Amino acid sequence: MTTTSPAATTVRFFGSLREAIGAEAVSVDFAGGTVATLKARLREQLPAAAAEAALAAGVQVAVDQVLAAGDDTPIAPGDEVALLPPVTGG
Amino acid sequence: MRSEVRIQREDFDVAAEWAACRQRCGGRAGAVVAFGGLVRDRAGPEEVSGLHLEHYPGMTEASIKAIVAQAGTRWRLLDVLVVHRVGELPPQAQIVLVLVASSHRPDAYAASEYLMDYLKTDAVFWKKEQRPGGGVWVTATARDQARRAAWPPPA
Repeated sequence: MTTTSPAATTVRFFGSLREAIGAEAVSVDFAGGTVATLKARLREQLPAAAAEAALAAGVQVAVDQVLAAGDDTPIAPGDEVALLPPVTGG
Repeated sequence: MRSEVRIQREDFDVAAEWAACRQRCGGRAGAVVAFGGLVRDRAGPEEVSGLHLEHYPGMTEASIKAIVAQAGTRWRLLDVLVVHRVGELPPQAQIVLVLVASSHRPDAYAASEYLMDYLKTDAVFWKKEQRPGGGVWVTATARDQARRAAWPPPA
């Protein structure tokens, strides 16, 4: 990371995750990077139980409303980031 | 193919949507298939007193449009309408309407089944059943996943 001052990224939560974390969104000190670095920041900055829920298997990360392909998917400062528990419609 | 996706809290009127679809298609349509999904009052042995449905505005619409576009490449379709409700829904309420028009019956039948199978697994919604012991978040079942997987992969 070349940036020295952390920027804030808003991370949104939905469904069971919103309920488990008790918030629709949190602000995370994260100046861009990848899905992996975002997850590391979440682990550091969320309370343990919330981090556990956010990083659980089956939770997908959406960057600008597109599902991230994997942990190396880039996230730029200002991107819209959301964590999505397993979905079901119909 | 004309298509439309609507996410709304309000109920929908199947007869009105059906009539509008017929009007849009004019004389080209030989078939319209309508599927309506409803809130059941039970989940297995447990009573369900209501359903909470939430979505991710923007991404949810895009996820359904992608499914509809995929159906449009597999069958010859004239018109597809998907209306999906969100919010608090009591038993018997309508949740989803899938309306598919085509020139010939097999396309509309198959596409409507395909659309529902993918809506179950890929559409961005979260559903919570209100049961006697509290709320339970619902996920796509193994049967839902199997139905989706049974469709041949995109060409």
